[in-house]
Amino acid sequence: MKKKLVMIGNGMAGVRTIEELLKLQPDGYEITIFGDEPHPNYNRIMLSTVLQGDKSIEDIIMNDWEWYKSNGIQLYTGEAVVEIDKQKNQVISDQGRVVDYDELIIATGSSSFILPVPGSDKKGVVGFRDIHDCEMMIKDSEQYKKAAVIGGGLLGLEAARGLLNLGMEVDVIHLMPHLMERQLDETASGMLRKELENQGMNFLLEKQTVEISGEERVTGLRFSDGSEIEADLVVMAVGIRPNVQLAKDSGIYVNRGIVVNDYLETDVPNIYAVGECAEHREIVYGLVAPLYEQGKVLAANLAGIPTNPYEGTICGTQLKVSGCDLFSAGEIGDDEGTKSIKVHNEFDGIYKKIVIRDNRIAGIVLYGDTKDSNRLFRMLTKREDISGMTSVSILETSGCCGGGEAGDVAAMADDELVCGCNGVTKGTIVDAIRTNELTTVDEVGGCTNAGRSCGRCKSLISDILAYTLGDQYDTSAKKAGICGCTTLSKDEIVAEIRSKGLTNVREVMNVLGWSQEEGCSKCRPAINYYLGMINFEGYKDERDSRLVNEKMHANIQKDGTYSVVPRMYGGVTTAADLKKIAEVAEKYDVPLVKLTGGQRIGLFGVNKEDLPAMWEDLGMPSGYAYGKTLRTVKTCVGEKFCRFGTQDSMGLGIELEKKFERLDTPHKVKMGVSACPRNCAESGIKDIGFVGVDGGWEIYIGGNGGTDLRAADLLDTVKTKEEALEITGAYLQYYRETAAYLERTAPWLERMGLEHVKEVLADENMRKQLNDRLDKTLERYNEPWQEAISDNGIKEKYYQVRKVTVE
Amino acid sequence: MMMQETMVRVKLADYDSLPVGAGQAVTVNGENIVLFRISNGEVKAVENRSPHRKGGTLADALVSGKFIYCPVYDLKISLEDGKVQAPDTGEVKTYHVEVIENEVYITI
Repeated sequence: MKKKLVMIGNGMAGVRTIEELLKLQPDGYEITIFGDEPHPNYNRIMLSTVLQGDKSIEDIIMNDWEWYKSNGIQLYTGEAVVEIDKQKNQVISDQGRVVDYDELIIATGSSSFILPVPGSDKKGVVGFRDIHDCEMMIKDSEQYKKAAVIGGGLLGLEAARGLLNLGMEVDVIHLMPHLMERQLDETASGMLRKELENQGMNFLLEKQTVEISGEERVTGLRFSDGSEIEADLVVMAVGIRPNVQLAKDSGIYVNRGIVVNDYLETDVPNIYAVGECAEHREIVYGLVAPLYEQGKVLAANLAGIPTNPYEGTICGTQLKVSGCDLFSAGEIGDDEGTKSIKVHNEFDGIYKKIVIRDNRIAGIVLYGDTKDSNRLFRMLTKREDISGMTSVSILETSGCCGGGEAGDVAAMADDELVCGCNGVTKGTIVDAIRTNELTTVDEVGGCTNAGRSCGRCKSLISDILAYTLGDQYDTSAKKAGICGCTTLSKDEIVAEIRSKGLTNVREVMNVLGWSQEEGCSKCRPAINYYLGMINFEGYKDERDSRLVNEKMHANIQKDGTYSVVPRMYGGVTTAADLKKIAEVAEKYDVPLVKLTGGQRIGLFGVNKEDLPAMWEDLGMPSGYAYGKTLRTVKTCVGEKFCRFGTQDSMGLGIELEKKFERLDTPHKVKMGVSACPRNCAESGIKDIGFVGVDGGWEIYIGGNGGTDLRAADLLDTVKTKEEALEITGAYLQYYRETAAYLERTAPWLERMGLEHVKEVLADENMRKQLNDRLDKTLERYNEPWQEAISDNGIKEKYYQVRKVTVE
Repeated sequence: MMMQETMVRVKLADYDSLPVGAGQAVTVNGENIVLFRISNGEVKAVENRSPHRKGGTLADALVSGKFIYCPVYDLKISLEDGKVQAPDTGEVKTYHVEVIENEVYITI
């Protein structure tokens, strides 16, 4: 029979312990968790980003309801444990629930310390500790204007920034003469104060609050020097107090926190404490990194796996307020035993101070430029001997050799910590990248937990990705969900489609837990595209997931009419086709006939119910003027007529257009073929352009003549038309496979890097594979206008309009 | 004397003939309406006019559950009450729809 594990508290430290335990021993325990908040486990340290408006509460949920369910954990939320019966090994909740335990973890965390001054129980006085506090501040900001934050530390300043964002006037009251005095020296603190004042905060330093005035609700504060200010909302951010009452009442030894040994054991057998409620070697931690380290040791202990004892943590901190880059760790003051290296560049607003004791870094204060924080913090925690180093080499990463971040990563030992919060080493990350083929910082987080807490190490993880993957690393891949229906990024969705073998849009949304069951106008077309790209043989396109123009195979105009543009390969037509177009325009009374920007004739203002008949009368293929696909291949007249033309531009243009027409691409693709460097077809601003030179073609890629002008880059020079077609195929397929839906080639190329794309396309084997997949994809397309003409179902579903007359 | 408006129930289509996932535009005595048979089988009717100030129609909207996305300006509109979803604003008229023995009726 499984042993029973009960945990009191459902916060970050406790749940992390359970996560670690499940990794080590998935079926070891029957687990029950009590949480007195109504939510599943969320990232408390990200609350300030919720208050500051950067994230929503849903965004900071770390383990959703499904996680508890799928791990077989019995979770009671909104229910507090009120008694621990050590004799019977039972806990009893405020709802009278009695649960037996073999092992009990107390992870009750801490509460905001509310100053015991008269009036602190008035309405409008809040701590800054949980979602409820956060929601209350947001709500109050709609009604009230003046906020006072008591406490000029990390939490107080983050809260103050949030209140400013909510449109309140903010006074920050601090007992000490300078802000964040535990993390910053006077200089850095002064710089921070200046920046925050510029952002609109008002500081009242060396003020001791003695009373909170008001009737039922707070109206102001009074200080020990007799001065007063007005305030409609008071946020107490003066510290935290471990929640130890339950432990105390149960006869567990409590000092400031619940006293634990190096294995997180309390003085009562089978009862442990972890997190902010625990006191280890006389220290109660209020930052996440040590709590996670404790969780790891406790999990191993519970799983019966030998582990190193927890011996305490040195913490690094940073402020989550935009415009204030600061990092601090270890000792910040000087004394007789210390020497420090200081750099103060007032002009650029940069200050760095490294405190050195016994030839080792003992403290770090960085303001304005924190890029070296990871490296210096590593040197600090590893107690690296720096006697051989110059002050410049300590302070600067790149030094004179341009080593930079990558060099820094290369020099890191595998057992060096990257994510202090989650105790993840470089070796673990590199392994995860290689084993699971990870490509983004967030995927690394998903696999290893690195970067999922304070996020400070994300840039280092990014460097490790770059170092491990080399050119494969896509530095700008953003982890933003593709729409509001999912938090998954494009890369994650593509990876899931591949690994789970998903085959239709609905299935993707079901399996990957979409919040809106049938998706939206952003994700549906994107998923349809990714599915078609991945399942290249015989994918059944989902027309109802297409954007309107592609669904209708004609462009919708603002009055609800459509435009029709027949294909005109390479911009070349015939007298017969011109006549046909003219006849159709007359027959259907087309209000506008216009040459388009892509060398074709457009018929504008067509009623949707007339579309199929018009297409039939025209008898020409669809010009895809509406598609995320190959639009046109613009050509000049070339060697057949032009006295300068050195190549057959029309011939190559027509061949390209015929080969690649109808192909789905992440965004529209345009090509140009010019027969000489005079470039009459404007090939230098096309997604792919060809310029005829004596004896061959220059191929340009990534150009754009649209909103963001971009000149194309020279990819290669080839001798024959066949080579040009082969490179074009490989280029288009590589773009199809690696771009995000709706990403055009110009930004894609900048993201991927020209050199990288060049390398891929220079590899003969790669070119062949890409072309093979492309050719198979091309086989599945039909001419859409023809399809609509011959299929009554399509005609009725998409092009029919009914009229009903009531008598 | 005040004019009294009378509501009439009009048969619009056979239920079976309504496709799932695409709107069907209907003109009833000059009034432009669009019908959507949604994935749970219900039929919804709204006026065939984009609530966007630049106009447009809704028949070719993308349909997702009880919402449609305006094909021209991508506004998300509830088929239940015709309201445009935040952050956009606006509203379209909705109609009462009944399906009786494979026949779709609307009250107008």
